[in-house]
Amino acid sequence: MLYAAFAATLAVFSHWPNYQHLAPDRAVIKVSFTHQGQRLGDCTVQTPAELAKLPPNMRAPTRCPRERAPVSVELDLDGVLVLRQTALPSGLSRDGAAAVYQRIEVAAGQHRIAVRLKDDAHSVGFNYHREAVVTLRPAEILVIDFDPAHHQITLQ
Amino acid sequence: MTLVSAASGLRRAWRNFEHGWHRITVAPSEPLEHLGAIAGLLLLLLLATGSYLFVVFDTSVSGAWQSIDQLARTGTFPGGWLRSLHRYAADGLLLVTLLHLLREFMLGRYTHFRRATWWTGVPLLLLVYLSAIGGFWLNWDQLGQYSALASAELIDALPLLGATLTRNFVAVHAVSDRLFSLLIFIHLGVPLLLLFGLWFHLQRIHLPQVLPPRALTVGVIATLGLLAAAAPIASQAPADLARVPTALHYDWILLHLHPLAEAFSPATVWLLIATVLLVLLLLPLRHGVVAPVAVVDADFCNGCRRCVDDCPYSAITLVAHPNAKAGRQLAVVAASRCAGCGICAGACPSAMPFRRVATLATGIDLPQRRIGALRQRLRQALVPGSHKIVVFGCDHGAAVAALTAADVVSFSLLCSAQLPPSFIDYALRIGALGVVISSCTEGACEFRLGARWTSQRLGATREPRLRTHGPAPHYQLVFADGGDEPALVAAIAGLRQRATMRALP
Repeated sequence: MLYAAFAATLAVFSHWPNYQHLAPDRAVIKVSFTHQGQRLGDCTVQTPAELAKLPPNMRAPTRCPRERAPVSVELDLDGVLVLRQTALPSGLSRDGAAAVYQRIEVAAGQHRIAVRLKDDAHSVGFNYHREAVVTLRPAEILVIDFDPAHHQITLQ
Repeated sequence: MTLVSAASGLRRAWRNFEHGWHRITVAPSEPLEHLGAIAGLLLLLLLATGSYLFVVFDTSVSGAWQSIDQLARTGTFPGGWLRSLHRYAADGLLLVTLLHLLREFMLGRYTHFRRATWWTGVPLLLLVYLSAIGGFWLNWDQLGQYSALASAELIDALPLLGATLTRNFVAVHAVSDRLFSLLIFIHLGVPLLLLFGLWFHLQRIHLPQVLPPRALTVGVIATLGLLAAAAPIASQAPADLARVPTALHYDWILLHLHPLAEAFSPATVWLLIATVLLVLLLLPLRHGVVAPVAVVDADFCNGCRRCVDDCPYSAITLVAHPNAKAGRQLAVVAASRCAGCGICAGACPSAMPFRRVATLATGIDLPQRRIGALRQRLRQALVPGSHKIVVFGCDHGAAVAALTAADVVSFSLLCSAQLPPSFIDYALRIGALGVVISSCTEGACEFRLGARWTSQRLGATREPRLRTHGPAPHYQLVFADGGDEPALVAAIAGLRQRATMRALP
């Protein structure tokens, strides 16, 4: 009887009850990117006197500060702001990529989305914009990413 | 209510529960008393079945799901059956490990000499979780997809890591064959780490039971084998990162953390894990009453090694004897490991009551309950003509003190194995009508090996052997835990009746 109880516990709870991770009429929008913001400071040209003070292997003609700008992103869904997030650059010197990952559940069907991304602390407003009308089937995932090679927001 | 009294209340409650459990179950070997060993068996099953799965597993994005799914589709035996056995063994391992932890907690087995064993056991629980969850990713079906992403989200919620791990699962092109090589490396590496950790966990346990008794081993394997045949595990639809897995046939035993993170937040789950771990790791720092430890008397220790062989917690070692000729050794007790159980004193050849010395001093003894004092009390109780029955019991088993009557004298020891077997012969020689030795049942022994050593010593299969010159019916070994006192009363009555029969002309 004891063995039967053990077997029943394993048999039942390793299969049942079903887990409804997402309602049948819902879809998911994922905002996910890692992107390096622009440098916070401008590069400066070093004078010969400054270069002379440095070891020979470190005499780069220009000097650039390492710290990068945080990256901000906003997402409007059908005209309503559903995400506003600012991600700090990674690394102790804040010189790495900023990473964003957000999962937003939406009703399946047609939606108008607008994405805005800002990666430069010196500019006013957002640097990148993308607007589109998408039709999401139930359980479909739309990934909003940033393509650094082409400098554009992508929808996959 | 103090922590100490709360702990002893829990301990009493659990003892009562187990006592009741023993009455309703008819298992040949008590599973509750072998939970750690059952976990060892399940780990062995996982390694064996996992080796087969590793051979057939295709470590590529396109082949992973197919290679495992095919096992079920091309017939259930042996591939599909082994795969199912692997999963059920994993489910069982987690359940049994949690039960093992609960039982040791309820019995208060985490302080003092058990501290190191407890501390080295807690991280093993994490490794069990990690290996189990990692196994689901390899199937790369919808459940694996959900688990992989949920795990990545959980890990990314930790500060400093950033949201980078989830990037491996956001789109179809993000998952590569290389990732699967890494996942299988984790699924093989973590169990190996678990085995290594287990070695540490058992370091302070003498003669650890890594596998359950044969009947239980056969029972567990047969149960899982039948279950794997009757309810085979099948893969769910292949993973598709463009779609969210919706309704999942869910393994709640192994994957319960994911829905918890969904319902609350990954941070809540981390907080829960950290709190549980912190509580478990701080528990052993609770200060209770520390039993005095065994003390070695160099004048009477001849380095025979019996105490070393019998100590349940490897607390005794031998060193060169400082006051004797070369080659002779002396027992040394590591105080932090000593349980103060007295099993060593029961094994010492110098604990011989027939020695013609006024004060019986032994090579190793417990200051709070000396062997010499036991002989003295026995002598006082068995005055010539008293014709009493002597009961030797254990502080942690059936209460023998309550049995004391006009013709019954009882002595409760730290453990039944504290009794040197020669005391039985001695009691009979100086006038006892009979002797009852009350020992806890083997699985319920507070000091693991006390019941086994008592049984073997009295059965003359282990030193120091019982050598009685009278017939065996003069004494009786009874296995009685708390609540089993009626068994002792019956044994006393039996001895009394036999003594009466002998007295008849």
